[in-house]
Amino acid sequence: MIALERRPTPSRVWAWASPLVAVALTLVAGGVMFAALGTDPLEAMRTIFWDPLFGEFAFYFRGQLLVKAGPLILIAVGLALGFRAGIWNIGAEGQYIVGALCGAAAGLAFYPAETRLIFPLMVVCGALGGFLWAMIPALLRIRFGTNEILVSLMLVYVAENLLASAAVSWLRNPDAVGFPGSRNLSRWDAASNPELIAGTGAHWGVVAALIAVVFAHILLTRHLMGFHIKLTGAAPRAAAFAGVRPARLVVFCLGLAGALAGMAGLFEVTGPAGQISIDFASGYGFTAIIVAFLGRLNPVGILLAGLLMALTYVGGDAAATNLGLPSAAISAFQGMLLFFLLAVDVLTNFRLRVKRREPRVPQPAPEAAE
Amino acid sequence: MRLTNLLAGALTLGLAGAAFAQDEPTKVGFVYVGPIGDGGWTFQHNEGRLALEEEFGDRVETIYQESVPEGADAERVITQMALQGADIIFTTSFGYMDATNNVAEKFPNVMFEHATGYKRDHPNVSTYDARFYEGRAVIGTIAGHMTETNKIGYIASFPIPEVIQGINSSYMHAAKVNPDVEMVVTWVYTWFDPAKEADAARAMIDQGVDVILQHTDSTAPQAAAAEANENGGRVFTFGQASDMAAFKPVPRIASIIDDWSPYYIKRVGALMDGTYEQTASWGGMPEGEVVIGEITDAVPAEVKAEAEAMIAAITAGEYHPFTGPIMKQDGTVFLAEGEVATDGQLATMDFYVQGIEGEIPN
Repeated sequence: MIALERRPTPSRVWAWASPLVAVALTLVAGGVMFAALGTDPLEAMRTIFWDPLFGEFAFYFRGQLLVKAGPLILIAVGLALGFRAGIWNIGAEGQYIVGALCGAAAGLAFYPAETRLIFPLMVVCGALGGFLWAMIPALLRIRFGTNEILVSLMLVYVAENLLASAAVSWLRNPDAVGFPGSRNLSRWDAASNPELIAGTGAHWGVVAALIAVVFAHILLTRHLMGFHIKLTGAAPRAAAFAGVRPARLVVFCLGLAGALAGMAGLFEVTGPAGQISIDFASGYGFTAIIVAFLGRLNPVGILLAGLLMALTYVGGDAAATNLGLPSAAISAFQGMLLFFLLAVDVLTNFRLRVKRREPRVPQPAPEAAE
Repeated sequence: MRLTNLLAGALTLGLAGAAFAQDEPTKVGFVYVGPIGDGGWTFQHNEGRLALEEEFGDRVETIYQESVPEGADAERVITQMALQGADIIFTTSFGYMDATNNVAEKFPNVMFEHATGYKRDHPNVSTYDARFYEGRAVIGTIAGHMTETNKIGYIASFPIPEVIQGINSSYMHAAKVNPDVEMVVTWVYTWFDPAKEADAARAMIDQGVDVILQHTDSTAPQAAAAEANENGGRVFTFGQASDMAAFKPVPRIASIIDDWSPYYIKRVGALMDGTYEQTASWGGMPEGEVVIGEITDAVPAEVKAEAEAMIAAITAGEYHPFTGPIMKQDGTVFLAEGEVATDGQLATMDFYVQGIEGEIPN
């Protein structure tokens, strides 16, 4: 029989191999699913993974990869710091929304001024909005010991309702004759977040994501705070002896993740999305959780994982249109990635042992054992 | 941005040759906001796509993508369809408005048709919508007759003119046949969320509402009403966007069906024979775009006859649901005796008519 046996220390090999194995398993299982839906699995994989990078229209899709990966990476880097310290911020989606709302509101207060100072102000307000929204679960945890998983998650739904009210009332475009949605920020030069180099898709949010990766890498490898984060995650009691103040760590990790998510929202609303609309939130905050784990909670890993995730989105959309795959199949395909990752991750902490069947000692009540 | 335009311009030049080559079928793209199995809004647009294939056979090739989020993703999906040689693209949700116009700017040789919007920033962007308020007048009449508690519920999505027209039209026609009728409006801020819609329906039933109208796309309110009826209730509903025939004969006693097929066939046909022009279309019962589904036997024969007479009058252009005298909620005059609302007045409607309690959230 096969048994799982705990490893004395987590395997370094498996820690890095498991994402690769998970991707491979996803390809196989996804291929079976696509075949069952009557689509040639090889063609589906080519459409999803190859065409966006090297196909006929790659010049457009490569840029779109950055557009899609930018916010995912920016949010995931912040989340990963908290996850490493055992602080589970599941509500990045809410922080992303509130950041976008605060930033957009700050900018629109100056409409129609034409000064490029407005955009930096909006970025600051976006970060602040996300930070403050994340402070709610942080302070509740410190003060009352509430569970930040539940509080941050529930606040997502509050944020979604704030977004709906902003879109239909207090941020609504007054020139839009009653229709919902704010003014188009991407068409207002003072507030727009344009492509920095034409055709690359790179806007300020992509730049910020790269800076965040570098910053987080340095923080974790060279800074005392990074050491405290890692120590708290690995051995909370030892961390207490080493002088880590848990409350400060909670504020730092949730606050930073919130600020980064808020900035991501602001960059999105001023750039690719263009306006505050009812459906502005498109799940980046939740997908970023997958990206953080797929990237092993490591900033550089997250960079790669974000790009891979973006590829499944961009390529997945192309497959849905060109091959007539239902959108649910694409979502299932993406879900498989996380599923297999978590499954294979077991091998980091456990090893498989094939054991001989041990002779059974007769039990007093054999019926119950079956 | 400007460089991008140049790039895209160069690209379209290359594609234009391909798009207008003979023998090639006309490629038609559809962008859907929900799953095609939603049983409502998106389902009906997809029926329109299928009707297009049936009408033109090999001369058209249709592509579609379902559940496309409004915003940046929509722009990418529309661009992708244009890049891959679509000749005309129907974007079937209000939230695709800016994305549609942005992509249209980059692909001047591709035609874009945006449902329910008002922005036509470029000559290749047309808009289309249907006069759902005509259907509301008919089901409002039926609702006014059918209610015993004199409470009619309305599950409203977003406070936009299209939805407000529907609430006003339903109420006015219910009140015309039953002056004691009261309208209970619940805003759910979604087009499609079965859980929220069901909650809204149940809350209304608890308040004594016995006829429910909805401006959301799922069948959840129908199921909630069916459940109440199984437990001894007497609640009626109307199918929305699609026939929702599974809930016949009760609770669903009639339905407003959006039939986009005539419009899609007309527009793609015009593109094929070269008569295509930019339009802002707003069809209704006369064009066959708004259809009332079967009125079931749960409705008394004389009520059914009255509803059918109204359908005939609207279809013939003899009756407009917004004909004066109509007062606003605050008591000021909206339309004088005999005056008919203009399309402009309807398209910007942001008030309740007299008799509806409550405020439009703003």
